Amino acid sequence: MPTYQINVNGASKTVDVAEDTPVLWVLRDHLDLVGTKYGCGIGQCGACTIHVDGTAMRSCSLTLAQIDGKSITTIEGLSEDGTHPVQEAWKEMDVPQCGYCQAGQIMTASAFLAKNPNPSEEDIENAMNGNICRCATYTRIRKAVQIAAENMD
Amino acid sequence: MSTNNTFNTLNRRAFLRNSSLAGGGLLIGFNLFQACKPKVIAEPAIDLASLDYNDFNAFIKIADNGAVTIFSPNPEVGQGVKTSMPMIIAEELDVAWDNVYVEQGILDTNNYTRQVAGGSQSIRFGWDALRQTGAAAKQMLVSAAAARWGVDPSECTVSEGIITNAAGETLGYGDVVKDAAQLEVPENVPLKKTSEYKIMGKDTPNVDIDKIITGKSLYGMDYKTEGMVYASVMRPPAFGQKLVSYDDSAARAMPGVVDIFTIGEKLRGLTESVPRITSIISDSDKIVVLANSTWEAMKAKKAIKAEWEEVTKAESTEEHDKILTSLLDGNKFETLRSDGNVKKAFADADQVLERTFESPFLPHSCMEPMNFFANVTEEKVHLVGPIQTPEGTAGFVAQLLGREADDIHLEMTRIGGGFGRRLYGNFAIEAAEIADKAKKPVKLVFSREEDMEDGIYRMSIKYRIKAGVKDGKVTAYHLKEAAVNSNMYGLVPNFFPAGAIENYQVDTAKYDSNITTGAWRAPYTNFLAYAEQSFFDELAELMEVDKIQLRLDLLDNVKPEEDERIQYSPDRMKEVIKVAVEKSGWGKKPEHVHQGFVNYYCHNTHVAEVADVEIENGEPVLKKITCVVDCGIVVNPLGAKNLVEGGVLDGVGHSMFGELAFKDGKPTANNFDKYRLLRIKDAPVVETHFIDNGLSPTGLGEPTLPPAGGAVANAFKSATGNRLYKQPFTKTPELLKVPEKEIIG
Repeated sequence: MPTYQINVNGASKTVDVAEDTPVLWVLRDHLDLVGTKYGCGIGQCGACTIHVDGTAMRSCSLTLAQIDGKSITTIEGLSEDGTHPVQEAWKEMDVPQCGYCQAGQIMTASAFLAKNPNPSEEDIENAMNGNICRCATYTRIRKAVQIAAENMD
Repeated sequence: MSTNNTFNTLNRRAFLRNSSLAGGGLLIGFNLFQACKPKVIAEPAIDLASLDYNDFNAFIKIADNGAVTIFSPNPEVGQGVKTSMPMIIAEELDVAWDNVYVEQGILDTNNYTRQVAGGSQSIRFGWDALRQTGAAAKQMLVSAAAARWGVDPSECTVSEGIITNAAGETLGYGDVVKDAAQLEVPENVPLKKTSEYKIMGKDTPNVDIDKIITGKSLYGMDYKTEGMVYASVMRPPAFGQKLVSYDDSAARAMPGVVDIFTIGEKLRGLTESVPRITSIISDSDKIVVLANSTWEAMKAKKAIKAEWEEVTKAESTEEHDKILTSLLDGNKFETLRSDGNVKKAFADADQVLERTFESPFLPHSCMEPMNFFANVTEEKVHLVGPIQTPEGTAGFVAQLLGREADDIHLEMTRIGGGFGRRLYGNFAIEAAEIADKAKKPVKLVFSREEDMEDGIYRMSIKYRIKAGVKDGKVTAYHLKEAAVNSNMYGLVPNFFPAGAIENYQVDTAKYDSNITTGAWRAPYTNFLAYAEQSFFDELAELMEVDKIQLRLDLLDNVKPEEDERIQYSPDRMKEVIKVAVEKSGWGKKPEHVHQGFVNYYCHNTHVAEVADVEIENGEPVLKKITCVVDCGIVVNPLGAKNLVEGGVLDGVGHSMFGELAFKDGKPTANNFDKYRLLRIKDAPVVETHFIDNGLSPTGLGEPTLPPAGGAVANAFKSATGNRLYKQPFTKTPELLKVPEKEIIG
């Protein structure tokens, strides 16, 4: 099997996996970064969202070739101690119920706010519509993204 | 999932245990159901060295330095009990919440009871026992301090884990915990008044919040051990099929593949002693791929070529539709409740209304797909994972493997959604059979497709409701149910409007299908509430009376003191109706806002909901739901509100979009590209109000869901003139539009 060098959360890692292995499973099974979640495997639910050079992407639908030379950030690397404004807003609103989708929600929200720091309500809904929360914590997700936006100013 | 409101007290006598810890400290617990037993077996702990922490009922652990660990006994599926159950103990124990560390308890059948997440009953059943546990421990700690000072315990006061005597001297819980552990566990300990609560009733964040937002390992999916392999399982592609043969030569040659074999033999052994197990799991042989990673296992599974044969006929939604209709038209009903004589009342009626309501199958769609870890050794069977019924599942695994119940060590992980799916541990049974055969630690993982194709679905149901009106009064009500596989549970016929209408009958009929079905959040009522509450709306229109007044008038007829079968309280129902009218601005909205009203009782909780549909650019849009809940004392308002909002939106989403159709024995959707779940743009605003009445807590995980579909349907009716008789509502998009002639300007 081929060997790949990938840059995850600021560190260079070497993995030895089949070339078609989705980045999701490289992170979870090979690098023990289990914060990135498997939900659907087809890019529909957003639970596996990571940042690739700052852009939110679905890691279940990314191959290693597609991230070659790029920097990956996962929920574990979003901040050193859970104090990214989006994480703090999630905490302030106590957003999660089961919590399984929330890492993906936070990764989508943080990449979105980095590009659009003053979003309208409609912008927030458009940005977050790709992430499913089966517990339907949407009311709090809306508010948490707004709070994070205010705190990032 | 059934409940009985006659069983509402636990505090008759206590079954308490306490012990000192080998490492110092006090453990005390209270056995929830055993609490009813009149036998007290508590004895002072003596041999400290012989005590092993795991041997004792462990709700509370107090260390010598005063640090408090509270074990949450029930599975956490997102309903918040890992926070709220320990809050109840901490309140009566009188410690500062900030000094409490919460841990998930493991399955421990000797010392805990009802370690179940289901039926919205964790808090309701735990309420008295959890308070007694905290209060008894507090009293022992106070007694120990008083003895040291040589004063009477009544002279001591406690605040946040510090005991103070009349002279102003203080001792911390940690200072006296060793002495306290030697004391008899007191009985009939006085409990706090609600006005004295310092922790309960305060917004308290989820105890796992930091781990969730930083991506720490919490869920079954995240669990790993040394030497563990991953299992992907090929099951019959259609319900009713069985494995004939397979060719795994291509799969075996694939990277990472450890082994490929079949399971099924042990399961068939289990079905001999527990035949009902086949209602949740196929007894066909299944092909198991073991690999070094999840992806390699899933990929190799796809390379297996298998041949299947039909054992029982492949079914379809089209067929179910006809079967359920013919059941409703026929006479093969079981009568669950019959008051007066509906037949005669219909014959005498001035007006009769009869309507049929239809619902599809639904998958549970937990965000965390089914998975379980198992390791079977001579010493023990180690199981780890997300399960709502750890005790029942451990029992099945013991029988499956021919082991003693004590050999099964089951740890519950935080659960990425349950909704009833994880009441059925078929995945844990599979994992155990695989691990037993593999002779190594195994984690079974379902793909999303397997999760949806091999579900234990909410069954398709049809209701036919008929009402008779005489002299302006509702004199007869006849509810008929036709369901796939199973009918409503016995208490449902005693929900509203039972007792409100003189001639009242509930009949059920069912069709036995080979498709596996089971409980789905708020079983039966999740669809029945919408059907009945849409029907009442239409009945009020027919009678030309106010929709809310009709409901209030019916409630006036209910006399629970004369009929102990009645499950709901007409007074509590009237109160939620009154508050919902007030808070939603019912009847006072501008012309473009159309409202739909529902009141409902289930899971011991009374709820009223009002949906607001607004016309925007000629299109009706669901904007808001006002939800009023009487669940008694709200232990943790922050979590409770979240749960209410989630329940309402879950009800909205599934009634709008949820549908799993079957063709040739297979679901026609197997992932979220074809199966639509509610997304943020679809979600209306939810405004929550709790009734503050100081009564004991009731259920909250489920009861806000069932009314939502009805409120939405009634609001759309008001906006469009179209009544919705079929779920999901988006299946008939033409009915969700305002008729063109009515759009003006």
